[in-house]
Amino acid sequence: MNSNFARKLHVWRLLALPLILAGCSGSTWNDPYPAADAERNILYSSFAERPKHLDPVQSYSSNEIVFTAQIYEPPLQYHYLKRPYTLIPGVAEAIPAPYFLDTKGRRLPAATAARDIAFTVYEIHIKRGVLYQPHPAFARDAAGRHLYHTLSDGELAARNVLADFTETSTRELKAQDFEYQIKRLAHPRLHSPIVGLMNEYIVGLKEYTETLKAANDGLVKRGERDAWIDLTKYPLSGVEVVDDYTYRIKLKGSYPQFQYWLAMPFFAPVPVEVDRFFGQPGMAKKNLTLDWYPVGTGPYMLTQNNPNRQMVLERNPNFRGEAYPSEGEAGDAAAGLLADAGKRMPFIDKLVFTLEKEGIPRWNKFLQGYYDNSGISSDTFDQAVRFGVEGEAAVSDSMREKNIQLSTSVAVSTFYMGFNMLDPVVGGGADPASRERARKLRQAISIAVDYEEYISIFQNGRGIPAQSPLPPGIFGFHDGAAGINPVVYDWVNGGQRRKPVEAAKKLLGEAGYPNGIDAKTGVPLVLYFDVTARGAEAKSILEWYQRQFEKINVQLQVRPTDYNRFQDKIRKGNAQIFEWGWHADYPDPENFLFLLHGPQSKVKTAGENASNYASPEFDRLFEEMKNMPNSAQRQEIIDRAVDTLRRDAPWLWGYHPKDFVLFHTWYHNLKPNKIAYNTVKYQRIDNAQRAERRRAWNTPQWWPFALLIGVLAAFAAPAVVSWRRRESGTARGTARA
Amino acid sequence: MIAYIIRRLGYAIPILIGVNIITFGLFFLVNTPDDMARMQLGVKRVTPEAIASWKQERGYDKPLLFNAAASGLDKVSNTIFFEKSLRMFVFDFGRADDGRDIAREIRMRMGPSLAVAVPAFLVGLFVYITFALAFAFFRATYIDFWGVVICVAAMSISSMFYIIGGQYLIAKLWHLVPISGYSGGTDALRFVLLPAAIGVIAGFGGSTRLYRAFFLEEISKDYVRTARAKGLSETVVLFRHVLKNAMIPILTGVVVAIPFLFIGGLITESFFGIPGLGSYTIDAINSQDFAVVRSMVFIGSLLYIAGLLLTDISYTLVDPRVRLS
Repeated sequence: MNSNFARKLHVWRLLALPLILAGCSGSTWNDPYPAADAERNILYSSFAERPKHLDPVQSYSSNEIVFTAQIYEPPLQYHYLKRPYTLIPGVAEAIPAPYFLDTKGRRLPAATAARDIAFTVYEIHIKRGVLYQPHPAFARDAAGRHLYHTLSDGELAARNVLADFTETSTRELKAQDFEYQIKRLAHPRLHSPIVGLMNEYIVGLKEYTETLKAANDGLVKRGERDAWIDLTKYPLSGVEVVDDYTYRIKLKGSYPQFQYWLAMPFFAPVPVEVDRFFGQPGMAKKNLTLDWYPVGTGPYMLTQNNPNRQMVLERNPNFRGEAYPSEGEAGDAAAGLLADAGKRMPFIDKLVFTLEKEGIPRWNKFLQGYYDNSGISSDTFDQAVRFGVEGEAAVSDSMREKNIQLSTSVAVSTFYMGFNMLDPVVGGGADPASRERARKLRQAISIAVDYEEYISIFQNGRGIPAQSPLPPGIFGFHDGAAGINPVVYDWVNGGQRRKPVEAAKKLLGEAGYPNGIDAKTGVPLVLYFDVTARGAEAKSILEWYQRQFEKINVQLQVRPTDYNRFQDKIRKGNAQIFEWGWHADYPDPENFLFLLHGPQSKVKTAGENASNYASPEFDRLFEEMKNMPNSAQRQEIIDRAVDTLRRDAPWLWGYHPKDFVLFHTWYHNLKPNKIAYNTVKYQRIDNAQRAERRRAWNTPQWWPFALLIGVLAAFAAPAVVSWRRRESGTARGTARA
Repeated sequence: MIAYIIRRLGYAIPILIGVNIITFGLFFLVNTPDDMARMQLGVKRVTPEAIASWKQERGYDKPLLFNAAASGLDKVSNTIFFEKSLRMFVFDFGRADDGRDIAREIRMRMGPSLAVAVPAFLVGLFVYITFALAFAFFRATYIDFWGVVICVAAMSISSMFYIIGGQYLIAKLWHLVPISGYSGGTDALRFVLLPAAIGVIAGFGGSTRLYRAFFLEEISKDYVRTARAKGLSETVVLFRHVLKNAMIPILTGVVVAIPFLFIGGLITESFFGIPGLGSYTIDAINSQDFAVVRSMVFIGSLLYIAGLLLTDISYTLVDPRVRLS
């Protein structure tokens, strides 16, 4: 190497120093993860919104349950592959078969009608040998006393994170832990979102809520606002621990949907030791709470909780292991989803979730291989997906080059446009003739608003027009000709076709608004659409809605507002037409049809029926259907209930969104499950392939630096010459110049 | 000077009380305690009892500013405003609505904010002054002309463009640094390099042009002509005389900005995934977390007051004629 070249190389090294430093810590320079993890068995994903709660009594949002579902194990879970969604045992030995009691506590036959059942009892047997993750709350000294349950201020002062408690231990899962968690639902400081619902069903829970509230009020009065409440001292009549592995939950009446709740983290076990540990004075001040550090028996445990940056879960060393399912639905074997049948789960050692608030960096990191999967935003849809001649979605050529795969599934959700049935124009009031007019008006609008077009324009084709509140995958849903809404569609040539606008205009005329003019007053019909303000993007959607109403010469006036005011209007019944949605809690038609159940009117009872729809016929069918097991008889009742709804049209049924997920070729066993969230244990990563692809896709490019330096030099050179000339020039020379 | 500082700090108290009242008024003008409860409890299956219980537990079940039902001093003290605001004056920020300790969160997030803001600030200051001096040196030449053109063009472009463009070129196309993210220790360098560089570039146009104007104003003064007449080189004139005298207007803008480095950049932190105080504030506004919003506004006000005080003090350092009294 000659000296000139060596000198040049040294200059380059100096210029590139920061980047060389950067390069030291990763196999590729733009790798956002530590170099040591490059070939480890880790799943990389992202989250857009920090979770608020990880305590299983509070956590209800999908962005929270994605973490808690990997950690906590409720008694039941959903089969990963089977559809329709099927419950299977979680930490329970078997799916509990409820038995029924009369008012005197006598056993009733299994076939007893729901109205004759006074109480339902679920007796749950849990698996033996299930262990909690290692945790300091379980650590004991030589004398058997808990090491960290009575910490002094001094002992706590030096401990700021959970890792500062060096000793950890575990213990076996007991039935008492399930009882303790159900009691926690009523805790006055925890504000469980389902306590109001469960108070109606679990025997004694309502009274228990009052008891705990009184106990808490007493503490507050004594100035001990944060003192721990030992729930073991307060018995709950509706939950009975039979032995260490058996407990019973006693419900009022019949509530078959309760089994679905048993598959949610609300009913996962929480050991009293953990609550005692976190309940010590001074813990909350350091964010050492169960809400921050979940403790479970599941396949993973949270080892880094920094919701501002990264959430890391690692394999729970005490997890007993589960076998990958060996059966699924048709096509699963061909899709390779049964390749791991019978193998011990989980497959992945570590899960790294990174906070990524903005879509652009999230998308680019996915393309670079730094996230294993990704959703598709509207901005990137055209880049990622193309539709075939049959309308089927496939990845674009640029995605195919990277072997990126697409998974689509219809969500168990519905987005609808609701009519406030208390409104005299769209609801009709008390007079039967007016109600009939309003019904025809709603039917006319149902035909006019073309949701096929909406899905095509605003959802990039990601959705299917809804025919009723029930989405596909839910018992009661019909596909094909039997499933269409005859008020809005005709079945023509083997497909559904929206009725022509003329049909809508005819209905409008019959409603008393010929050509959009009120026949009585001669005034054009103006309807009001309450929406939450959503910025510039919303403008085109709202204008589209207005154009849909204009098809039948009805004026739609948009009333934008913020979400708080919008909710307030809905609660008070001040909206006329509104837009809302619902995502299923569990895969049962009751969970959708209750949104139109009269006694659950938003205005009258603060329930979830935002339309305030009340139909004695529908209510009777709903109440009959809700306590029945899935059967042909139940299907028949649902069909009649849905027919009633379609005829009354309290909603424009809107659409059921389709979720599109992209994933890399090294990500295996990914099957969308719209109900269960404990799905990571089934998934597998080929980390060697990922590392190789990442290296190939992320080779650093040097030439821009050379170019930049060249451009700067080209600009600077004349300036330097000029500066030198000025500095060395004389007054005479300058004057001449 | 100490008496001056104490007096200025005394003035800060009514300012902070006023800021608190305005923040409180503005927040509760658009959010009610019921809205806050719903935001925390979610929209599904929330009962009026749950909302009442949440408000009671968090102390939001009281009147906002005046408790007509109470007697004596309690009319004022038994209110949301009094109970939530008084503690802040001893830096007890309490807990966020999600139950987490605000002071601890601020301490955790201050580091990442500073890690991006301080290098961007220092490097930016150096770059802007250097280029401004160069443009002043080459005033009325093609360098000055094109420099100003570039500055005007640069300041006309949204900072979002620099962020997205920077991420696209440097991180996505050239694969030189991570697109977003953050890490502690020395590994943080990889993550702060791009946002800090973009921070410098985004501020280049406006700041360089402003400083150039300050330098040109100084250059036209008599003492500069005298210095040149003495035979000093243009470089010496610029660095020893013009730069020093132009520091007062520069300091006015610069020193007051120093405390705000703690607060962080709202958009930058969001796009680069920096877990700093800027994103904390944005999250709190979005989630209607009054406890965090009022704490961040309080800290912001305090830092602004500190910044103004520091500016005044810095005048005495660069200009011996200035005396604080």
